[in-house]
Amino acid sequence: MSTKTLYDKIWDLHTVSELPGGSTQLFVGLHLIHEVTSPQAFAALEEKGLKVFCPKRTIATVDHIVPTTSQSRPFSDSLAEQMLQTLEENCSKNSINFFNIGSGQQGIVHVIAPETGLTQPGMTIACGDSHTSTHGAFGSIAFGIGTSQVRDVLASQTLSMKKLKVKKLWFDGRLKKGVFAKDLILHVIQKLGVKDGVGFAYEFAGPAIERLTMEERMTVCNMAIEGGARCGYINPDQKTFDYLKEKPYSPKGDEWDKAIQWWKTLASGKDAKYDEETKFDASKISPTITWGITPGQAIEIDALLPKPESLNKSDQQTALDAYKYMNLKPGTSIEGLDIDVCFIGSCTNGRLSDLQSAAEIAKDRHVAQGVKAFVVPGSEKVAKDAEEQGLHHIFLKAGFEWRKPGCSMCLAMNPDKLENNQISASSSNRNFKGRQGSSTGRTLLMSPAMVAAAAVTGSVIDVRKLLH
Amino acid sequence: MNQNSKFPKGPIKTITGMSFHLSGNDIDTDRIIPARFLKCISFDALGDHVFADDRKEPNKNHPFDDIKNTNKSILIVDKNFGCGSSREHAPQALMRWGIRGIIGQSFAEIFYGNCLALGIPCVQIPEPEILSLINSIKSNQMQDLSINIQLQKILTNDQSWNIEIGNESREMLLSGEWDATSKLISQTNKINITMENLPYLNKFQNFEC
Ligand code: SF4
Repeated sequence: MSTKTLYDKIWDLHTVSELPGGSTQLFVGLHLIHEVTSPQAFAALEEKGLKVFCPKRTIATVDHIVPTTSQSRPFSDSLAEQMLQTLEENCSKNSINFFNIGSGQQGIVHVIAPETGLTQPGMTIACGDSHTSTHGAFGSIAFGIGTSQVRDVLASQTLSMKKLKVKKLWFDGRLKKGVFAKDLILHVIQKLGVKDGVGFAYEFAGPAIERLTMEERMTVCNMAIEGGARCGYINPDQKTFDYLKEKPYSPKGDEWDKAIQWWKTLASGKDAKYDEETKFDASKISPTITWGITPGQAIEIDALLPKPESLNKSDQQTALDAYKYMNLKPGTSIEGLDIDVCFIGSCTNGRLSDLQSAAEIAKDRHVAQGVKAFVVPGSEKVAKDAEEQGLHHIFLKAGFEWRKPGCSMCLAMNPDKLENNQISASSSNRNFKGRQGSSTGRTLLMSPAMVAAAAVTGSVIDVRKLLH
Repeated sequence: MNQNSKFPKGPIKTITGMSFHLSGNDIDTDRIIPARFLKCISFDALGDHVFADDRKEPNKNHPFDDIKNTNKSILIVDKNFGCGSSREHAPQALMRWGIRGIIGQSFAEIFYGNCLALGIPCVQIPEPEILSLINSIKSNQMQDLSINIQLQKILTNDQSWNIEIGNESREMLLSGEWDATSKLISQTNKINITMENLPYLNKFQNFEC
C-alpha cells in the first residue's frame, strides 16, 4: 500500500467516512460539468427531490456539441441546441456558475478550469469525463466519473470511491528537439499498454517531467486514462505556482502566500512508498504516432509497423483487427502514408503552446492539395491569446481553417466529422473505431507539430525534417 | 431487444437468464455506444443503438442482432471490456437493450463502477474457466445461467464456475446499497467537518457553498 505520496495526502484530507465494503466517501473540492453527462444527473436529482448541496463548488461549461464555425443561437442542430438549453436551465435553476459561449471563459472543460485558476494543487476534482485526469498536472487528484456519480456529487459534494494504488513513472533525461509531451505519453502507453494503469494513479516524476511546462504536463496527465490509470498527477513545484499566479480564481495577496505554504507540503515525500515503480529515459523517446485502433498501438515515426506475431499474445487479435480496419500492412513504414484531414485541437493539445508549435511548422508553408486542415482552439481564452500573437494569420495564410473553440472532431459530436474511410492526423487522444464521426474513419494520433507537418506535406512525416 | 424486464432495484442476489458471448479484447465505450448517440438529454432511447457501428459491418451477424439472443440478459465478454470514455451511456445502452449481468476476464474501471451504480454486476472469471463457460454456452445456447452473487459462482443445471466480484461490490449488491446517493447524503455532519478542515476552502479562500 502506498504511503506519504501526494495521492495519499490528498485522499486522507478529503475522506468523509468509510463506507461499508471498503469504499470511501470522498469530498470533491471542484466539480466540473458539461452538457453531455449532466442532464440525466440533474433529472435524477429532481426525481429524488434533492437539491444541489454546494452549488458554488460546481462550474459548468459547454464544449462537446458546440459547432466550431458559427456559434450563433439557436444552433442549426436542434438536438445540440436542446442540450445547451437544458444545461442553461439546470445551471440557472441551481445557481451554478456557467461559462457560456461568449463569456470569454467558455471552452473545453479541461482547458478552462486550469487557465482560470480553478484547478489548484491539493484539490479533489471530478467531472463526468474521463480526461479529468488532466488536472492532475497541478498536483490535484482528478478523475472522471459516470453520470450516477455526477448526481451523487451534485447531491452531496461527495462520492463513493475505492482508493487506487499508486505507481511512480520516473523519467530521466530530457526530451530531444522535435519530441513533445504528446510523444512522451504515447510512448508510455505503447510500452505499458492500455491496461497497465487499471486500479492505479500514475505519478509522473523525474527530471524530464520537472522540465515540462504546465501545458505539457497537462498533455501527459490528460492521457493517463488511455493507459488505464484513472488519475495521473505531477507533484506541484515553482512552475505550478508561477502558472497560477494572478489567474482569475487563484488566491490573491495574503491568501496567495498561505496557499503556497500549503501547496509546498503536498508533494510526495522522500519517504513516500509506492505500490509500483518504473523508469523511462526521456532522451530516448522519438516522435511517436498511433497506427491502430487503441492509443497503445503506437510506434516511433521511423519504425516499421509491428508484425502481429511479434506482439504479446493477448495483443495479437487486436492488432489483426487494427490492420484490417486501418488498411495497413505489418512490416511497412507509417511515414509517407497519405492523409485526408488534419485536426489540431482537443483537451490534449488545444492550448496556446500547442498552437504555437503547429504554427511554427505551418509558417511560410501551405497545406497540401486535397488535404482539409483545421485548428480548433481549446477555449475562448486560447483563441484570444493566439489571435493576439497573430497565430490565426499564420494558419489562415497556410490554408488551415481557424475555428471557434470546442471539442470538435476529437469525438465529432458536432458537425466536424470524418467522411467514409478518410484518414486523419489528429492531435486528440483517442483513435477508437468510429471515434471521429465516421464508422469507417481512421485516426492517427500525434503531436500538434506532427499534425501540422502532415498537413503541409500531405502525408505522415517526421516533424524533425521540417524544423529549422 | 429485451425491453420488458424491469431495471434493477433493491438487493441483487442472483441474476438468472440466458447468455451469449461477444468476443474481442479492449472493446471501448465508443464502440458500445458511438458518440453521436450521446446527443440526448435522457437515456431512454439508447437501447436501440448499442454497438450501432459494429452492427453495420457488412456480412456479419453481430451478436446483438442475432435473433437467438433477443431475450438474453447475460453478456459474456473478454478482456478490458468498457475501456475508453467514461460515458454512462454505455452501460445504460446495454441495460436498456436488456443486459442485467456481465461476465468477463477483466473490465475497465470506470465502466465497472458505472455498471455497479446501475445494479449491473460485472463479474470476473479467469481465462481457462471462461473458455469452458463459453464452450458450455455454445453447446447449449438456450440454457439458463445464474450468476450467484452470494456464493460467487456461475451455475447452470449441471456445472458451476467460480467468479470474482470484489467484497465491496458484493456487499453493495447484496444489501441493495449499490445506489449510493442516500448513504452519501445522510452524512451531512461529517461532510461539514471535512470541509472545515480543507485549507483551500477556509485558510486561504473564503468558502461559500
Ligand atoms: S476534447 Fe475530446 S477528450 Fe477532451 S473533453 Fe472534449 S471530447 Fe473529451
